[in-house]
Amino acid sequence: MPQTLLEGLLLGFVYAMVALGYTMVYGVLGLINFAHSEVFMIGAVIGLEVFRFWGNPDAPVISNPFLLLFVALVFAAVGSGTMAVLVERFAYRPLRKRGSKNILVPMITAIGVSFLLQDLTRIYAALRHNEFNMQYRTFDALNTTLMLPLQTTIQVKGIIIIVVSVLMLVGLTYLVNRTKLGKAIRAVSQDMQTAALMGINPDVIISRTFLIGGSLGGVAGVLFGLLYTNVTPYSGVLPGLKAFTSAVLGGIGNIPGAMVGGLVLGQLETLSGTYLPFLTNGNFGTEYKDVFAFLTLVLLLLFRPQGLFGQNVSEKV
Amino acid sequence: MSALHRFALPLSIGLTALSAAGVLLSLLGQPVVSSGLLNVLLVLGVASVMGLRLPTGWRSGLLAVLALALTILLRTNTDDKIAFYLLLAVLIASFLLPNLTQLVRIALGTSILLIAVPIAGLSNSFLFELGIQIGIFAALALGLNVVVGQAGLLDLGFAAFFAIGAYTWGIFGSPQAAQFIDGFPAQGLPGNYLFLFMALAIITAAITGVLIGLPALRLRGDYLAIVTLGLGEVVRVFANNLDKPLNITNGPQGITPVNRPDVGILADFLRAIGAERIYGRPIDDAITYSFFFYLLVLVVIGIVVLVNVRLANSRFGRAWVAIREDEIAAKAMGIPLLPTKLIAFATGAAFSGIMGAVFAAKQTFVSPESFTLQASINILAFVILGGMGSIGGAVVGAAAVTVLNLGILKDFSDLLNTWRQTGVNILGYNMANLPPQLNPAKYERLVFGLILILMMIFRPEGLIPEQRHKAELQEARQEAQEGGGK
Repeated sequence: MPQTLLEGLLLGFVYAMVALGYTMVYGVLGLINFAHSEVFMIGAVIGLEVFRFWGNPDAPVISNPFLLLFVALVFAAVGSGTMAVLVERFAYRPLRKRGSKNILVPMITAIGVSFLLQDLTRIYAALRHNEFNMQYRTFDALNTTLMLPLQTTIQVKGIIIIVVSVLMLVGLTYLVNRTKLGKAIRAVSQDMQTAALMGINPDVIISRTFLIGGSLGGVAGVLFGLLYTNVTPYSGVLPGLKAFTSAVLGGIGNIPGAMVGGLVLGQLETLSGTYLPFLTNGNFGTEYKDVFAFLTLVLLLLFRPQGLFGQNVSEKV
Repeated sequence: MSALHRFALPLSIGLTALSAAGVLLSLLGQPVVSSGLLNVLLVLGVASVMGLRLPTGWRSGLLAVLALALTILLRTNTDDKIAFYLLLAVLIASFLLPNLTQLVRIALGTSILLIAVPIAGLSNSFLFELGIQIGIFAALALGLNVVVGQAGLLDLGFAAFFAIGAYTWGIFGSPQAAQFIDGFPAQGLPGNYLFLFMALAIITAAITGVLIGLPALRLRGDYLAIVTLGLGEVVRVFANNLDKPLNITNGPQGITPVNRPDVGILADFLRAIGAERIYGRPIDDAITYSFFFYLLVLVVIGIVVLVNVRLANSRFGRAWVAIREDEIAAKAMGIPLLPTKLIAFATGAAFSGIMGAVFAAKQTFVSPESFTLQASINILAFVILGGMGSIGGAVVGAAAVTVLNLGILKDFSDLLNTWRQTGVNILGYNMANLPPQLNPAKYERLVFGLILILMMIFRPEGLIPEQRHKAELQEARQEAQEGGGK
């Protein structure tokens, strides 16, 4: 049991990291940025390339795995952040300029962007490595198993995941609540036009929001790749979906909510994955963990339509 | 542009006459013009008739001439896919161009659908395949159009209903049902039961629609999107895993073979009109089945379009639009929100359920692979690309994307392959050096994604916009220009 809980916690932190990116963008633009899964996947690919390039086992430029991981995280954050900004600049901003109030239009664009990025990555992987499944390098130092109390074990990379995601949450909360940029982000998310009248340039703020959300996604991507050791151009989709579910679960647009949503979803998934076969005499196996997660989401939304931490927005008539 | 319009009539007549003459000459075995040039002429002819401002009579006449020329061309040159796409364009044009009379539309439409396409399809079954695929996607798009386009409910799990319909026939029309029902015929129900099961699929899909809608439709906007997405995934996971404890869906392997109806009558009919060997080879089962499913899909599409049109103008259709435009105002006017939304959901589900049953029989194979989130998103994209809420738009969106994916991209791949093999030089680059990984057929998602992005930026109201929606978007654009200015 404690081991299961711990694994759920790890999974939950991964979802939570991705969910933060969703929630940032949603909070400001009210847009489900489906392309965030691909930003996350591209982060994983960038991390992989850094490991291959500087961590080549035969002639490593950087031999310390922790330093290498740090470099990979930095590169992935910068790369994914840039990618997110570019997506915003060339796909979403033209729509905003046209002033369409239909929420479906930017969402379809987001889907289009995500298709585009998936296949671009596929072309890249095909041309450069001639492969579809890209294997992450394994590092002994990161895979070392540590004993914890209550007969639980955790790998070093697990601890890194937990530490990094907690740092992300704290940093993001600080950024949004205490800094000038955070204030501007909140102003833009409240009312873009009024914010513009107050001397804030919404385009710049939105761009920075995408930069931050994208970099968080990139970091999450590297850690995800490290955990599952395998990346494909489509491996962003499922975690992206789960992360979005977490964001909704926690009350979309709410930063701590996204974190809690991710943790809850992670626990639900591992617990149901582990115990469903026992409870149903093996008739319903681990495959149903997604069903369980989604049905819980439906149930929760029925009773709290605004999510766990969301505020009830009263309707303007 | 205005200069072009002044010469619109002579230009269109000239182009049409030239291309028709070219077709006739090639029919006489005198290929005076090469087939490439002929195709270019035809493209220009169709484009001019569709795009330029012409008097009603002339436009109808020219469209008819073009349709006839294309049919003759397809009859002699069965591999000319461009001619087939143009025929589709003429078909769509004859239904959507504003100033044609009802009689002309019906005459042109039925003759293309029932005479021209079968003539082409009986000699090149790929064309039938394309037609059937377009029909299936168009019915799905019409179903989702009721939900998203008319009622404004964002459903990201629509493929679930398609799956329900497909499995309804797939399970009982195959040896699968005998796995869990004692005494069921070992080979499943005979194929002719498909017609009964198409009706049953409507019912089961509609019931599923209500079951999914009951919890989901209490939510709004993005929450509704994520919940329908989740419930759609739930249906897929069940389809994927219900091979134990009872083997109902046969899990990821899928169900095969699914029985098809008896097509003896159709084969007799083909023989009777002398089509047995007329295209140089005997009419076999495969082509008769293609023809049969083509007709079946046409009938279903016809019914779906009819129901759609009637519904759009009914009390429910108006209530849906009211809810889409302003939910609170609609509620204040006494429209019961949940029941009205549920009807929209069930209607959309029913449309895709019936096509699901047809799809299962056509493929003789059902597996969860066909009903992923990807499929749901594709259907949504058809609706948005075509123009939300517009019936013609849903059909055009489905047709455009299907032709692009199954036709144009594959043709382009073949062309590139030929270039690669023959080592053609283009702008100083030898095509033989092009890496084989760059095969356009593999990158349909990339092209599709690009199209989605560009469409949303340059024409967010879709190819064939619904009037109300178009007006709304124009208003918003104007507001943005006047007020925002940022």
